Amino acid sequence: MKRMTKAAFRTAVNLLFFTVIGTAILAVTYLLTHERIAATEDEARMKLISEVAPPNLYDNALLKDTIQVEASPLLGTDEPTPVYRGRMQGQPAVVILQAIAPDGYSGRISLIIAITAAGNISGVRVVSHKETPGLGDYIEILKSKWITLFNGKSFENTPEQDWKVKKDGGQFDYMSGATISPRAVVKAVNKALQYFAAHRETLFASAPQPATPLGEAASSKEATK
Amino acid sequence: MNINEIKEIFHNGIWKQNTGLVQLLGMCPLLAVSNSVVNALSLGLATTLVMTLSNATVSPVRNYVPNEIRIPVYILIIAVLVTVVQYAMNAYMYGLYVVLGIFIPLIVTNCIVLARVEAFAGKNPLLPSAVDGFAMGIGLTLVLTLLGGMREVLGHGTLFAGFDLALGDFAKSWTLTIIPDYHGFLLAILPPGAFICLGLMIAARNWLVLRGEQKARAKKLQMKPTPPAPAATA
Repeated sequence: MKRMTKAAFRTAVNLLFFTVIGTAILAVTYLLTHERIAATEDEARMKLISEVAPPNLYDNALLKDTIQVEASPLLGTDEPTPVYRGRMQGQPAVVILQAIAPDGYSGRISLIIAITAAGNISGVRVVSHKETPGLGDYIEILKSKWITLFNGKSFENTPEQDWKVKKDGGQFDYMSGATISPRAVVKAVNKALQYFAAHRETLFASAPQPATPLGEAASSKEATK
Repeated sequence: MNINEIKEIFHNGIWKQNTGLVQLLGMCPLLAVSNSVVNALSLGLATTLVMTLSNATVSPVRNYVPNEIRIPVYILIIAVLVTVVQYAMNAYMYGLYVVLGIFIPLIVTNCIVLARVEAFAGKNPLLPSAVDGFAMGIGLTLVLTLLGGMREVLGHGTLFAGFDLALGDFAKSWTLTIIPDYHGFLLAILPPGAFICLGLMIAARNWLVLRGEQKARAKKLQMKPTPPAPAATA
């Protein structure tokens, strides 16, 4: 009995030894890479943002000027998401929202939407989705220019009944055979614009606070290819 | 260890015991990521790196690991190495990291890595173990890349698309359009396409092996003095 306990103890110590070494190696790797990782992720985020909101729209450090907004049915979110705010000489210029279209053909479509202070859409991009490759994936900028149809749209130049795909009587093009994905995106963008109209003041006025990075809170980091 | 041993290990890894075509281990990433050359090649190389490192790490410590807990210790070592590779890719190859996504951490659960550690590195000295991990990984990478190539041509009509994600913008011009104005073939991109293409590759390999054996037998018969006629007809 005693010998068995001793053997078990020795085995446990042995395992502990390997665990400690492994943890130490990971800690060192983390210390060596985490700054670089944060920098590359910021860079990727800026690249994404610059696609929807051209840098000449704002002159502040946009990644630092963020707030967290509560989950909202208009954004399709179920947990707080970050909002980036761009300002021109201190004046509100553009907000970058994260929204989710819950009714894609196969699940959620995660979007970022830039809206100017005047209420025009500056740009929309799909961050992640699971739509059928080769069919519903033309909502991605890499596959087609469809998503740029939203550029410049606002409630002033596009009345409520036009916020639909053409098949449903609206003004947005779609590709035959794949109506569900664009329909979901149009609806989500429309709702995000409503959200902006309702919260414009608070979005720009609240004090900056650290936020979780864009695209990570609500959507798991899926490859957008 | 001499040159013949190394040759033997490579022959095993790439042809005789190929993980993708013969051992059929580690199918999960094989089938999920092999929809284009760049994805397949990058995951293959990442796996090769992990296999070489894990074999090289396990081999020197193999005599210090009690038999009862060797599997947890091996898994621990593999997990640490994969996480190191993941951090490094996240820091230095962000585009690729985003594309491969969840499949990098999943290398830990790729049974081929544990299989080589358990079957080879746990019993052999450092150098042959490292060579074995490398050779097995290269064998897997070749199959993955070939599969990725087949699926990319069938599914998208292109070859080598997306290398700019891995290597930077200069690789954008590498994309070859094999079939111009192609509308895509969904089946090849989705998982069934992977199974079908892999099945064809396994069949092709089996055919080659059988043909090789037949040729060898025919040669043997020719070299021997022809036996009396009645015996030959048997």
